[in-house]
Amino acid sequence: MATERFDAIIVGGGPAGSAAAYMMAKAGLKVVLIERGEFPGAKNIFGGVLYRKQLEDIIPEFWKEAPLERRVVEQRLWLLGKDSVVTMGHRNEAFKEPTNSWTGLRVKFDQWFASKAEQAGSLNIYETVVTDLLREGDRVVGVRTDREEGDLYANVVVVADGVNSLLGKQLGVHREWQPDQVSLAVKEVIAMPKEKIMDRFNLEGDEGVTTEFIGQLGGMAGLGFMYTNQETISFGVGVMVSDLKRTKIRPYELIENVKQHPMIRKLLQGGEGKEYAAHLIPEGGFHAIPPLSGNGWVICGDAAQLVNFVHREGTNLAMTSGKYAAEAIIEAHAKGDFSKAGLYGYDRRVRESFIHKDLKKYQGLHGLLNEIDPNLFDRLPAALNDAAYQMLLIDGISKAEKQKAAIRGLREAAGGTANLIKLGIKGWRSING
Amino acid sequence: MSTIAEKLYTIRYKVDENSHLIIKDQDVCLHCETKECQFFCPAEVYQWHDEEKMTSVAFENCVECGTCRIGCPHYNIEWVYPKGGYGITYKFG
Repeated sequence: MATERFDAIIVGGGPAGSAAAYMMAKAGLKVVLIERGEFPGAKNIFGGVLYRKQLEDIIPEFWKEAPLERRVVEQRLWLLGKDSVVTMGHRNEAFKEPTNSWTGLRVKFDQWFASKAEQAGSLNIYETVVTDLLREGDRVVGVRTDREEGDLYANVVVVADGVNSLLGKQLGVHREWQPDQVSLAVKEVIAMPKEKIMDRFNLEGDEGVTTEFIGQLGGMAGLGFMYTNQETISFGVGVMVSDLKRTKIRPYELIENVKQHPMIRKLLQGGEGKEYAAHLIPEGGFHAIPPLSGNGWVICGDAAQLVNFVHREGTNLAMTSGKYAAEAIIEAHAKGDFSKAGLYGYDRRVRESFIHKDLKKYQGLHGLLNEIDPNLFDRLPAALNDAAYQMLLIDGISKAEKQKAAIRGLREAAGGTANLIKLGIKGWRSING
Repeated sequence: MSTIAEKLYTIRYKVDENSHLIIKDQDVCLHCETKECQFFCPAEVYQWHDEEKMTSVAFENCVECGTCRIGCPHYNIEWVYPKGGYGITYKFG
């Protein structure tokens, strides 16, 4: 590799990195994007929902060319009991036009997105790990890669190296994530004939449905998901690493157990497991966000903990942060100032956007999750299921008595009336920070 | 029901000769009360061997998630990415 100078080096070919590379290349900056996988997306997984708005702001009408799976017309939330479920959801034709979100698969999508950056003029280098940041004094001036003579220099380095962000650690901007700040998601892509998927999930054309579920996850704080793709179903569970440590439940056994739930088993049966995957999700929330820029660097996406886990939004925050970083760098380029002050436009844009506002809204939730007994994630849905069962069971017991028993059940599940009220108040506050 | 071996078989790996995961000090594992890496790793990379008094590292199974990096109670695992182009390559993602 020749030691050329670039305007910007982007580390990581995920949604944040590709968005940044695309925007800067389009503006005429000389950029290089470095990805450690065989191709962009080779190492990347997500649950599976891509949102229109933020990508449209980068590539208008992207849906005409991007590899997408199904248009999400319905979102279901299931509260699982042992052999039962209480369901909620919302289906609306309005989600189609304009399309609100699509299901997707990252191997195809990330390759497409990175190719857009390449077409715009970004030099994309794959199969290359950035091992170190190069510094002069208090400035980042480039990167060292695991290629021979693999030092590259630039005015600014965009750190978009994902949830583990070893470069973020090198920068010293964030402490090591704690086990209660990250979830481990395990996922399977399950192949099924298209007609079967459409029948089982009540779909026509390219309609899709997302299902999230809580409960029955071994007493762990977590969420399961089941998303319909064209000819596959993305299925998985995400649980806090701290809970995995505590319960000693093996992640691959957890996903198998959940698949046996009668509601899920019948939807997945006959399907063929095509791929198993595991990935960390940053869930530290607002207070885990590191400083976003410094002298000669910016940090984006998962690497900066920019994930709204309440709404399972991540790739859209990543893309938007990459876009904002690019806009700030383009300004810095015009001024010739790549210091922290020169790059402050990035911090400012994030602060003024939905990213900051949404994460701030839920700032108390992480603390709440630490405070409450993770067994509530099983007990409360179970109590709701019991209540629903009893209310609907016709067995000669009066409705008034049933209602009393249902309330008692919920109260006990929460650990007493005081706890139930406290949980409600704290819960409300934590999502309205 | 599919086993972890069957699950890992669905992933394409390009395995390096050298491990990108290194146990810093086997003595720390010996005195680790929980040895929980054997449970939380989603790819069954770590196994404790009583007789040999050591944790073995099946790095060729690693899905590069980073759980062990954060989860090891003694931060006793040196964790880096596999060399460029090595390790897992997902087909779907």
